[in-house]
Amino acid sequence: MTDLTRLSAAALSEKLQAGEVSSVEVTRAHLDRIAAVDGDVHAFLHVSSAALDTAQAVDDKRAAGEKLGPLAGVPIAIKDVLCTMDMPSTAGSRMLEGWVPPYDATVVRKLREADLVPLGKTNMDEFAMGSSTEHSAYGPTRNPWDLERIPGGSGGGSAAAVAAFEAPLALGSDTGGSIRQPAAVTGSVGVKPTYGGVSRYGAIALASSLDQVGPVTRTVLDAALLHDVIGGHDPRDSTSLRDEWPSFATAAREGAASKSLAGVRVGVVKELNGDGFQAGVHSRFAESLELMASAGAEIVEVSAPSFEYAINAYYLILPAEASSNLAKFDSVRFGLRVTPESGGTVEDVMAATRAAGFGDEVKRRVILGTYALSAGYYDAYYGSAQKVRTLIQRDFAAAFEQADVLVSPAAPTTAFKLGEKLDDPLAMYLNDITTIPANLAGVPGMGLPMGLAPEDGLPTGIQFMAPAREDVRLYRVGSALEALLEDKWGHTLISRAPDLSLGEEFAAMEGAV
Amino acid sequence: MAKPKLMDYDKALELFEPVLGFEVHVELNTQTKMFSDAPNPAAAGNEPHEPNTTITPVDLGLPGSLPVVNEQAIKYSISLGLALGCSIAPSSRFARKNYFYPDLAKNYQISQYDEPIAFDGNVEVELPNGRVFQVEIERAHMEEDAGKLTHVGGATGRIQGAEYSLVDYNRAGVPLVEIVTKMITGAEADAPDLAKAYVSAIRDIVLSLGISEAKMERGNLRCDANISLTPRGSGQLGTRTETKNVNSLRSVERAIRYEIQRQAAILADGGTIIQETRHWHEDTGVTSAGRPKSDADDYRYFPEPDLLPVEPSVELIEELRAALPEAPALRKRRLKEAWGFTDLEFQDVVNSGLLGEVEATTAAGASAQSARKWWTGEIARVANERGVEPSSLVSPLHVSELVAMVEDGELTDRLARQVLEGVMAGEGSPGEVVKSRGLAVVSDDGALIAAIDDALASQPDVLEKIRDGKVQAAGAVIGAVMKAMKGQADAARVRELVLERAAATE
Repeated sequence: MTDLTRLSAAALSEKLQAGEVSSVEVTRAHLDRIAAVDGDVHAFLHVSSAALDTAQAVDDKRAAGEKLGPLAGVPIAIKDVLCTMDMPSTAGSRMLEGWVPPYDATVVRKLREADLVPLGKTNMDEFAMGSSTEHSAYGPTRNPWDLERIPGGSGGGSAAAVAAFEAPLALGSDTGGSIRQPAAVTGSVGVKPTYGGVSRYGAIALASSLDQVGPVTRTVLDAALLHDVIGGHDPRDSTSLRDEWPSFATAAREGAASKSLAGVRVGVVKELNGDGFQAGVHSRFAESLELMASAGAEIVEVSAPSFEYAINAYYLILPAEASSNLAKFDSVRFGLRVTPESGGTVEDVMAATRAAGFGDEVKRRVILGTYALSAGYYDAYYGSAQKVRTLIQRDFAAAFEQADVLVSPAAPTTAFKLGEKLDDPLAMYLNDITTIPANLAGVPGMGLPMGLAPEDGLPTGIQFMAPAREDVRLYRVGSALEALLEDKWGHTLISRAPDLSLGEEFAAMEGAV
Repeated sequence: MAKPKLMDYDKALELFEPVLGFEVHVELNTQTKMFSDAPNPAAAGNEPHEPNTTITPVDLGLPGSLPVVNEQAIKYSISLGLALGCSIAPSSRFARKNYFYPDLAKNYQISQYDEPIAFDGNVEVELPNGRVFQVEIERAHMEEDAGKLTHVGGATGRIQGAEYSLVDYNRAGVPLVEIVTKMITGAEADAPDLAKAYVSAIRDIVLSLGISEAKMERGNLRCDANISLTPRGSGQLGTRTETKNVNSLRSVERAIRYEIQRQAAILADGGTIIQETRHWHEDTGVTSAGRPKSDADDYRYFPEPDLLPVEPSVELIEELRAALPEAPALRKRRLKEAWGFTDLEFQDVVNSGLLGEVEATTAAGASAQSARKWWTGEIARVANERGVEPSSLVSPLHVSELVAMVEDGELTDRLARQVLEGVMAGEGSPGEVVKSRGLAVVSDDGALIAAIDDALASQPDVLEKIRDGKVQAAGAVIGAVMKAMKGQADAARVRELVLERAAATE
């Protein structure tokens, strides 16, 4: 029998609809895979005990002839930043250890309504602050391509889960690249939708004006299928758009079928393809551009001069909003409570709790943000950053006059080693240099594999960006490039990932001998 | 705590000019809260009985929850802004006011900061001495209320000395409009009266709009009173204090008077006023020091990223403007003139909060004087006894019916009070109560004459006394007749009949 964990969500969907497999079988296969490899990968913080029951319920519905959505019965991993009524939701922090919310995030509710099967919650940098998942309070996640390396962050757990075939689909959240950068370094696909395209209700906030929930998958079509499920207006999120969205799955299928980019103007952002990028990233990016040109795309160079200041503005706006968003973690209503030995006032308890419950990176950003919002500094820091943000939006608008989509590498390097940048916050922050502008402008972005870097054999990713509300372009163009690349390689990139379970099996055999 | 020295009020006014400023918080009575769909406990009928029962994840600030603006609260705020004569901002924004306090679920309050929904208004205030004062409004902005702390284990019920504190988040997220005045100078000795009249005017306005229950004792309407003293001739503004917890109109007046006397005594002794919040104590009639407050308090305001700007359409604003009720100040002037009341009579109606009841009773046909007499008299007395609102006891229509029956001679005043009692007991309309209780005046002269005959039979000398000019002797007969008729006779008519009899038998 085919290994069900190797199949895409789209392929699983077909088999489920054809009655060739049951959701229980598919779910069990993934739970087995998790049991086999997650000890090494540590993508999951919590594995659902209800997954098989949920799968059985979906199978029963199907047997009863109910009309089900395309992803019904397909398992999914959920980033721990999202609230789930039946599983702890910790956002990777000690502060929320064991906290089970009394409500589901809107996207989680939509998953359940579409009959997907939640497998568990995935690891992440604490409160989504980080680019390596090393800032999780529960230990790092490892990159399935090389267990000594980081899986990107903050959503390293979701990316590693799909890259290690522990789940065909996952949800992530992207504030400055937390979906796209992990996708790039794990050879998977990640989409940050247009700001407001997907509800943030129930996503534990990092920076409200930047956060966006999106799909993490192994194929562009799977991302589109998932985006179709989670997108759309939510009256509980005031920043959620009221747009009627087209079917992203249809766009992805059209792009993959045509393998044509005729008439598509692809803008290469000069400022996002600069020095300091790894050689293999440069070369694979150049190859992808050539491939797109040969498929009819018009490659143009565009300039976005303000992008140079994006990371500076980002590291003022994000900490400022985060310092306020994280104020609620005070021990009074939920979560960790630490009482000083000598007792003390409520302020003392709040301070002791926050001192014990937050990790260093969180404290660093809370302090930074508090400072940036302080009277006398507001204009110089937060105010200036907002102005830069406006300039970046203008740069995008100008660039989209010349191009239908913009491209850049999705990350400047392949996955680095665990611990390599942990003590150098600035070096860590630079990992998101290509992904941050999209968040500042609210435009959608997609990261997808563009090949292995020759020098280290690790995945590299390309990023597409489209104008706000034009997410559909990402799926059409992204799926075309994906198909062209796979034709060229003769296989999918992810199929070249090491088979982690071999190690387990050898170990088991040794034990048997 | 040593009792602070107070300066004689008149003396204080001689030396200093009081400068006032008010921040009035109005709890809106929308069905749901400002940013969540939890029932709003500030709406009539929604008062919760148990702590922490009118809350959602949003009101508790649970991780992942997001605020959504209550559209009705926006409309109410616009109406209030218009009624205060303010301009309505085509675009206003919410901001986060960041500070840690256990009653503030998110540890930030969503409020409006540099872009309020309404600004630059004016409220006309009439003082008891007839002086009319224009209070300029700086802004009216929307925000959410905080929860409530109960401090347990201390002697004072305050946080100092308490063993632990309980938090009730029912009130968290109740929609508030904060109305901020510009600096008020020139009130002079009228400052306490002005304070009371201003808060009263705001209460009248929100009641006329129907946007708040406006019960000060329940905190629906709260006044923070800022006051400072300028030494005469110095032109130098003094340091201000902000007095909170002033939850009745009378307290507003007393607190201002107290602060003037307290500050004057300190300044005259060469002391300095500390910029701080002060708590008013209703029972002892003093203020005590609260939290030091400085202009440098850093709330790290920034635009609330979870909410979009509030951008009401011109059409909506004009629609709300067209729907505004008559301004309470104008209405009062109009009614006073129409009713022909003396100042005292009118003030009595206003202070009892019975303007609407008297107006409706008059509209139903009763004379203004009769309507006033019933509402501020017997009905108010019973309401006071039972601790309820007069309007909950009886409808203006029934009062009007009662008045008509008295004026038609169907009821005596005494009978009418019994009928009213029946109406207030829920026995039906005055007509129905008259019937069921059998309370109509005996207007049959025959029955009265028979009763007079009976009375004269036992007091044969009465007629003679009357004839001798001792008219008061008729009283004994009248009393006996009224007793025999169980009070259901018109005493004046009985008197007439007795006198006629005396004259006839001369």
